[in-house]
Amino acid sequence: MKPAPFAYRPATSLADAQRALAADADAKLSAGNQSLGPMLNLRLARPGALIDIAGLAELRAVTDSGGAVRIGAGFTHAEIEDGEAPDPTLGWLRAAAGAIAHRAVRNRGTLGGSLAHADPAADWVIVMAGLGANLVLAGTNGERVVPADAFVTGPFETVLRADEMIVAVEIAKPSPGARWGYWKYTRQVGEFAKASATVLDDPAAGRQRCALGALGGAPVVLADGAGLIEGRVDPDGAVRAALAGRVADPQLHVVALRRALAAAKQAEAAQ
Amino acid sequence: MPVRPPQREGDVLSASDAADAPAGHPHSPPPRGVGARLPRKEDDRFLAGKGRYVGDIRLAGMVELAFLRSPVAHGILRAAHKPVGAQDAVFLAEDLAGVHGIRADSGLPGFQSSVQPILASDRVRHVGELIAAAIADTRAAAEDLAEAVAIDIDPLPALHDMTRARDAGAPILHEGWTENAFLETRIETGLEAAIEGAAAVVKRTYRTARQCMAPIEGRGCVAVWDGNLEMLILYSATQMPHIVRSGLAECLGLEEGQVRVVAPDVGGGFGYKGILLAEEVCASALALKLGRPVRWLEDRREHLVAGANCREHAYEITGYAAADGELLAVDCAALVDSGAYSAYPFSACLEAAQVTSILPGPYTMRGYRCSAVSVATNKPPILPYRGVARTGVCFAMELVMDALAAELGLPPEAIRARNLVPPEAMPFTNITNKYFDSGDYPQALRRAVEALDLDSLRAAAPKEGPKRRGVGLAIFCEQGAHGTSVYHGWGIPMVPGFEQATARLTPDGGLELRVGVHSHGQGLETTLAQIAHETLGIDPARVKLVHGDTALTPYSTGTWGSRCGVMAGGAVAAACTTLAERVKRIAAHLLQADPADVEIGDGLARAGSASVRLADVAYTFYRAPQNLPADVDRRGLEASEGYRTVKDTGTFSYACHAVSVEVDIETGDIALLDYVIVEDAGTMINPMIVDGQVYGGAVQGIGTALFEEMRYDGAGQPLASTLADYHLPVAADIPPIRIIHMATPSPLSRFGQKGIGESGAIGPPAAIANAVNDALRPLGARVASLPMTPEAVRAALAAAGAEAGA
Repeated sequence: MKPAPFAYRPATSLADAQRALAADADAKLSAGNQSLGPMLNLRLARPGALIDIAGLAELRAVTDSGGAVRIGAGFTHAEIEDGEAPDPTLGWLRAAAGAIAHRAVRNRGTLGGSLAHADPAADWVIVMAGLGANLVLAGTNGERVVPADAFVTGPFETVLRADEMIVAVEIAKPSPGARWGYWKYTRQVGEFAKASATVLDDPAAGRQRCALGALGGAPVVLADGAGLIEGRVDPDGAVRAALAGRVADPQLHVVALRRALAAAKQAEAAQ
Repeated sequence: MPVRPPQREGDVLSASDAADAPAGHPHSPPPRGVGARLPRKEDDRFLAGKGRYVGDIRLAGMVELAFLRSPVAHGILRAAHKPVGAQDAVFLAEDLAGVHGIRADSGLPGFQSSVQPILASDRVRHVGELIAAAIADTRAAAEDLAEAVAIDIDPLPALHDMTRARDAGAPILHEGWTENAFLETRIETGLEAAIEGAAAVVKRTYRTARQCMAPIEGRGCVAVWDGNLEMLILYSATQMPHIVRSGLAECLGLEEGQVRVVAPDVGGGFGYKGILLAEEVCASALALKLGRPVRWLEDRREHLVAGANCREHAYEITGYAAADGELLAVDCAALVDSGAYSAYPFSACLEAAQVTSILPGPYTMRGYRCSAVSVATNKPPILPYRGVARTGVCFAMELVMDALAAELGLPPEAIRARNLVPPEAMPFTNITNKYFDSGDYPQALRRAVEALDLDSLRAAAPKEGPKRRGVGLAIFCEQGAHGTSVYHGWGIPMVPGFEQATARLTPDGGLELRVGVHSHGQGLETTLAQIAHETLGIDPARVKLVHGDTALTPYSTGTWGSRCGVMAGGAVAAACTTLAERVKRIAAHLLQADPADVEIGDGLARAGSASVRLADVAYTFYRAPQNLPADVDRRGLEASEGYRTVKDTGTFSYACHAVSVEVDIETGDIALLDYVIVEDAGTMINPMIVDGQVYGGAVQGIGTALFEEMRYDGAGQPLASTLADYHLPVAADIPPIRIIHMATPSPLSRFGQKGIGESGAIGPPAAIANAVNDALRPLGARVASLPMTPEAVRAALAAAGAEAGA
């Protein structure tokens, strides 16, 4: 379980990393290396070079634009969990970060790295889609902004172009009193989810979203979030309709949505 | 009966809670002998990260070894080509001419023999089988070379399911075989007469999963040829250095005197390190060939994909009971998936042979029939994992007992109480001629039921909603330290006899103990020192255990079968007792007393009010012999003694596990809420170490129950290659486990101690399955296979729902 030979190129700046990425079609970015590392060791991934972007200052920038906050993609899960990175939500990111894998993984794994790896069961993939966040992608032709729910296109596949990387995530600040529920089913602590669901209930901002994750590909934002949250739409039917043809047995996703809805309701009761 | 030594207050154990034994007289030193909760001597080293494992060994000129392994489960190996320019760094079967494959034949009639090649030459029989060896300065470079070997294999259909491997038309795995089975064993006694008029008959099919043992440290070895000594030295992460030495000498055509095997610190065994590996034979052959030290360290993928497996059983079992709950008979046909080769030294057949003889467990019955087949498949060989076949048979037997109870409308504890061997029947010979040495099984059951508070839990179990609760029991016995007659009967090519130990007083009054067993987590450095203290009065801190080196220790079959506390413990006591007599003679002379009046204890030899230190006695013998008595024992202060138990039928420890579970019927999740273990290890040498053994075993048993599963697809490809796919139990999965000790001494062993090392791993699958089925019973669902994954629970519920709706 030793990786095949590769060149190691620590990037000195974002521009340096972008140049290196554009120059070498056989190179891969590496930040926390918590997903890529095992794949290297199993020789399932055999990049010619690794461009190490861990700790780049540009990827740790935070910009508050009033209604939303841009968080650099280079923050680790542990930094988010510990409150060392900003959480523009009402503590929802911290809670989600704290449930990612194990602390050892969280200590090194990064927000952007996890999104770019695009494991369909990963926490940030569903959480950012559920929050309606945007991802800021940078390439040789400059920056573009992509909605998180349109970022993943399939298992480990995204809209990222060969020369692009995620530099930041942009999250709208919820209204006071907004509620959130995130529930995932894992067989054991620290495992990737087998089903997950988020509920964002922020009617003041006109955002009532229900999303499903761990679907083997892109997450799904359900059509009538408001109806589900307000109890007018049956979660069972909504999940089965949304996942028809995608998931053979949607039972766990039904459970996930029900429990995420309940978690959001309980969040209100707790206030 | 063996003579039991006088024991001090605080060391005395009776059939009460030894854990609560009084701490000793306020003016006496804290107890350090048999029965003391002495902190483990070895933990200073381990907890500080200062253990020295095979992976820590670096020798000048050492090369790293990596293998090209078969990518297919079954096929004809047409050709293998070394990478260009790597002729001297890559080795194929033809380069190991004269090296014999590994053969471990059972002595039982009908056994079909296999030879496991060191490197495959013409056929491969499981994924991960060795084809080519590559050496380089680093493991990464060796892996680069190994993957550059070109191979040409014609695939053959794979035997991936033991229930189909003996079908007509299945490809025959080994030349000359008549069917894909190493051996079938059977026992039948009084079945037909016993089942007449049975009020309840339940027939069930049960499966246990194939597992990997997953010690923290995998296998590994460093082989070096010492041209000066003309000796091969193999450092190996093994439980049985002497057996590895014998096997290695046979494979390499060396005399045993030319082979030395050293097991340094070993990071967990559980049975996985009770084998002679093709990898270590290969490393040794290359060390001989190259004159350089060769190291191979198993990585986790090799462990999961290519290493020996365990536990995969299938049962077709029928239980018969009378209306009052009396167990009349059990009739069972069992299969054990033994993989492609018979592993050395336990053979492919130990597990299945055990099934037939131990299935009745702790119960009396009138009739019994059981057959067990060691089926050959295209999977890695199997090894006996902690509990060996007991975990599987306990699962089958205890689920049948619950099924009979349900059929008769009896509580599970009632049917068990009705059929357990009663204490007044001890010693008891059961239906398969197992000799139960001592114990009170009904008491263990009662105490477990009380401790879990079964009745209250039953009353409080929710009758609706997504979270259901259930309680489950499992009671079983563990035969340990069994010897010649038992293993000879099982036909394995390694039959233990007497166990030896050497005790040597050093000139400064310390004690060296030399034993051929190996400690790799069992705490033997501590327990054997406690036994030395018990017999020789020496401070355990002054006792040094020398073990794990064939050059320094007496021959032994090694550490397995819960035998060390009884066998090595008995041998150490015998050697120390002999040594004590010699010490007394010298001390008597120095004290001008009669040897009969000399007592030893607390590092002193005393006669009346006079005393000399053990160090004075030792100094006199070694360095001031002018002061010795004329009749001094010329053999000196080093004594070797052999030991075996009064009968070699084994000690029978036993336990009752009681568990409370919550089943989420929407997700299929099982949470363990409370877990009680009432166990009886006889006299405990060190109750804290017993607790550790029971806790650790129980966690592994929970892994068997809920998580661990090495699945294979139809092509014989293993479906887990990392610990992300092969689920081990983690801390969050484990409830607080409450251990309640009983301590009924064994009449067979030196101090009344019983083997307890495997016990914890036996009960959990059965207890948890019974609890899950208790929770699911109102819904008409039940589980019958391991592990009880959420998917399996949901499938059981779905099947019950479909049945109810039909």
